[in-house]
Order: sequence, then C-alpha cells, then structure tokens
Amino acid sequence: MQLSNKQLLKQPLNKRQRTLLVCIGLSIVVCVVVLTGILLDENRIATNLEVRNSPPSLDHLFGTDWLGRDMFSRTLMGLSLSIGVGLTGAIGSATISVILGLVAATMGKVADSIVTWLIDLFLSVPHLVSLILIAFAFGGGFKGIVLGIALTHWPSLARVIRSEVMQVRSLDFVQVSKKMGKSRWWITKEHMLPHIIPQMLVGVLLLFPHAILHEAAVTFLGLGLSPQEPAIGIILSESMRYLSVGMWWLAFFPGICLLFIVRMFDKIGDNLRMLIDPHHAHR
Amino acid sequence: MLLEAKNIGFKYGAGDWLFRHVDLQVEALEVVGITGPSGVGKTTFSRILADYELPNEGTVTMDGKPIMTSSYHPVQLVFQHPEKAVNPRWKLRRTLNEGWQPNDDFLDKLGIKQEWLNRWPNELSGGELQRFCVARALGPKTKFLIADEMTTMLDAVTQAQIWHAVLDIAKERNMGVLVISHDQHLINRVCTRVLEF
Repeated sequence: MQLSNKQLLKQPLNKRQRTLLVCIGLSIVVCVVVLTGILLDENRIATNLEVRNSPPSLDHLFGTDWLGRDMFSRTLMGLSLSIGVGLTGAIGSATISVILGLVAATMGKVADSIVTWLIDLFLSVPHLVSLILIAFAFGGGFKGIVLGIALTHWPSLARVIRSEVMQVRSLDFVQVSKKMGKSRWWITKEHMLPHIIPQMLVGVLLLFPHAILHEAAVTFLGLGLSPQEPAIGIILSESMRYLSVGMWWLAFFPGICLLFIVRMFDKIGDNLRMLIDPHHAHR
Repeated sequence: MLLEAKNIGFKYGAGDWLFRHVDLQVEALEVVGITGPSGVGKTTFSRILADYELPNEGTVTMDGKPIMTSSYHPVQLVFQHPEKAVNPRWKLRRTLNEGWQPNDDFLDKLGIKQEWLNRWPNELSGGELQRFCVARALGPKTKFLIADEMTTMLDAVTQAQIWHAVLDIAKERNMGVLVISHDQHLINRVCTRVLEF
C-alpha cells in the first residue's frame, strides 16, 4: 500500500528516528551550555546588590540570588562544569572497565578471578560512600571528584564487557586467528576490541548521567567542588537556606536543567542499547 | 611429514566417553576420508587434530614430535559454516591476508574474484565465503588440511571447483588432506583411504 506524504507525516517516528532526534537535540544543548559556560562574561555572576532576590523576569530569566547574581548565568556555568566532570569521569570509568574486562577475559583464570573479585568488592559498597571516601582521600575539588567518579563507576560496565569478550573469544574466527599464530594481544586488539566498541559507547552514555548526579550529590553534601565554583550541587545546597522564604527559583531552574540533561543522556543510552541489541533492533 | 594420532579419547565434561582408542596416521600427499553417522565425534576428533580441543587421553604428534602451539599451526581446519569463521567486521581482503598473502593465480584457482576482496562478509554467499576460508587455511606453512564438511552446503559445481583446486594445491605443496563428509560420492572420488568412525 502506498502511503501519501500526509499519512507518512502522521505516522509516529520509529525508535531509530526518535533516538537520532534526541541525539541531535542533546548535542546542540550540550554545545550551547559548554560554550556559554566558557565564553560567559564573569560580570554576569558578579554580585550586584541592587537586584537582590528578584524573581524570574525577562532581564534575569532564572531570577537572581541573595547577592544579586544572575541565576541563569550561574546555572549555565554550573551545568558546563557538571558536564565536564561527568564526561571526564564517565570516560575514565569506561577506560578502566574496558581494560579490566579485557584482562579478565583474555589473561587466564587467575586474572579473571582477581578482576571478578574486584568487581564484586566495588559493587558491594554503595557508589556514593566509596565516591565520598575516594574524593576525600584525593583532597576534594575537581581532581578528587573526577578521580572518585572514575574509580567507582566502572564495575557494572566491566562485568558486561568481560562477558561480551568471553563470548567473542569462543567464536570460530577468533580461534582460527589463534591457529594462524597470532598473539593474544594482537587478537584482542584486532578481533575483540572492535566487537565491544558499541557496548562501550552505550556504557559511557549510561555512565554519564550517573556521574553528573553523583557529582551534584557529593558537592551538595559539601565534600566535592569548592564553594566558589558554580557547580549545580553548590547552587542547590546554597539555595536550601533561602527556599523557606519563598525564593523557589534558586533551586527550581538549576534542578530542572540538571534533570533535563541527565534524562536526555539516559534516554539516548537506553535507546542505543536496544537498537544495538539484535533481539530488540527489529521492533 | 606424518601426522599421527595415538589412542585418542575424549569426553565432554564429566560425561561418558564420546570415543576412545582412536588411532590415525596421515602422510603427506595422502587424502584420508573420515565418515560415520552424526554425533559420533568426527568433528571433535578433527578439532583435536587441529589443536582446537585437548584430548582427555592420547597424543597428537607430527613426525614423532608434539606440535608447537604458539606459532602458525601446521594442521589447519576448514569449518562447515564459513559465515562463522570470518570476522563480520573485517573486509575480506583483511581476512584473506590474516595468515599469508596469496597471489592472484592462487585466488583464480579457487575462483575468488578480485572485487570480492573489498566487500564485507555479509555481502557474499556461503560458497563465496568458503573459498576465502579455504584460501586462508592453505598458507605455505600448512602441512595438513582438515576439511570438516567443507563443501556440504555448496552446489555441485562449486563443490567440484573447490575440491579440484584444493587437491591440486595439496599435491603441489606436498600436503596431506583429511576429508570429513557424509557424502559417499565425494569420499569415493577423492580419498585414498577411509576411516570409519
């Protein structure tokens, strides 16, 4: 049956198209946020006591705080900082999990049991606790938080990659390659790594929102970034004191923005995982 | 060159013996057939010979010495399903050149067209892929080739072409060939002797 243009337009988009749309939207948002975060004039967040505590208006989209700082600019800067922390943390974490997953699956039984033990160890402690301890041990601040995130978020992805590599390892073409006299390292690099790249990408995408939320949580608790840096967690924790006097915009807009970005990444990661998984791809 | 399997026994896990006390000697230039009903362990036996599987008892030797396992294995196996034996993320040129670089004459003999080299595995048919697997396994250091149902899923013409080429090359290179098949005609046609499993 031939569909007319109108009917085609009315058809709901399929998952592939929706994912693509969300991807495009997200990259635009992230670019804008990061760019403005970098390029934004410091004067916008300078204290200006004449416009203290003003609710959202056209001049100050997200209102101003008790020192007259523009909340819109602060939110943007905070988001760009959060995205930076999240990306570095997620990529670091993914790197660790790929390395450990490959080691576990290719280096023999001893390596495998050590890595599995490590994974279980880290999974048995709540993320947040180990994250706080590690961040604290590295002296807090940007470095502490990024290291903390990178060192605590790898276990679940490492587990996925380990099982994936084990599956690839038993495939015929890998076995043939071994009989061609190729080294273990060569086979890992040429045959196995390309096979786990999709899993890795999805892993990074799904780690990212986790990383941002944990960064915000730790900062909110006062153990992460230092107070002069306008991270979302800092903004939220500072605004707590002013919520009771009715200054809702201090926490509302930054919180919504954070939630929005986190949700988008989560959605893309989920959709990509389903699209890559051949059991779901045809739906 | 003499490939010798002595007193081979194998079982999966802790189960019953799949087979025991199997002996086989293959010399260079010999073409030996292995036949038998399904599930008696023909494929497992061939995997043991090519060192894909370790036997529970018995030894596989070449000229009386155990085979070095870390470098190119002199016993190469061609599988029944070529689509599983090539990396789906590699172009075929790369797959073909994984072990050695065959020249154009060699490719011609096996009926591999130049334009296939730049394609992905899912763009070729099973018969076309199987030629690549055969070519890949016939490196200069291969002393014995095991064809485990190598041409079972191919049409008669392709079958004939591939076998013709393989036997030619085997004679040229002084290789031994082991043929595992259910096809009695094929066995009668190409083999110098037959092992009933």
